[in-house]
Amino acid sequence: MNQNRRDMLRITSVLGLAITAGLLKPTDVFAAEWQGKVFEAKSLEDAIKALGGDKFAVSKDVTVSGPDIAENGAVVPVSVSSAAPNTEFIAILVEKNPTPLSASFNIPAGTEASVSTRVKMGGTSNVHALVKADGKWLIASKEIKVTLGGCGG
Amino acid sequence: MANPMRIRANLTGEVVEVKVLMRHDMETGQRKDASGKAIPPHFIQTLVAKCNDKVVLDAQMGTSVSKDPFLSFKFKGGAKGDKITITWTDNKGDTRTDEAAIA
Repeated sequence: MNQNRRDMLRITSVLGLAITAGLLKPTDVFAAEWQGKVFEAKSLEDAIKALGGDKFAVSKDVTVSGPDIAENGAVVPVSVSSAAPNTEFIAILVEKNPTPLSASFNIPAGTEASVSTRVKMGGTSNVHALVKADGKWLIASKEIKVTLGGCGG
Repeated sequence: MANPMRIRANLTGEVVEVKVLMRHDMETGQRKDASGKAIPPHFIQTLVAKCNDKVVLDAQMGTSVSKDPFLSFKFKGGAKGDKITITWTDNKGDTRTDEAAIA
């Protein structure tokens, strides 16, 4: 076993022990646990429901920006901004992808409700931004046409 | 192990804009290799961005984030010289942390 692997095993087992012993809360050390179930949802509706946002309202305070036509579905730049006060969470969902939830962001106080990233789109689809602000769920969408699908299929 | 992330953090007025370019395959698990076997999923799952010790963004990603993920966000309360730290963890348990100072 090489040294790096030994180190990693040692560190993770010490951390693991510390966490079990209650000395370290997992949230101190790791980012929030990856919400696999939400990311694996196979339909837009299921993903939104899994996020807890099914009682959303369409809102003009949320904007989704991106190209109208994306030449390459493997790399589509998408930005989401929310002008709604106390926005604490933003999720980007590509409706027609096999697993619509692309990315989600927890926005702590002091951070602007504005994120940009690049997503893969299997084909032309609506891209939705689901936002939680002041305990309420808001949504906005934009259709992005894709000429060459980007999921490798 | 992965290559370093490129992090740029710039302060304009009160707002720090952070741009990160990470190096990661972000394999969906749907692509097939030359022999027809599916290439297993390999993707960043969680990311935490901090300014000094304060978490300024906490993100989760799935397989549909593009290869070599790009992320940009803004926050208030950072000063020139403060340290921005970005840590990601992927589905195989690999993790990487890089940092940059706010310019």
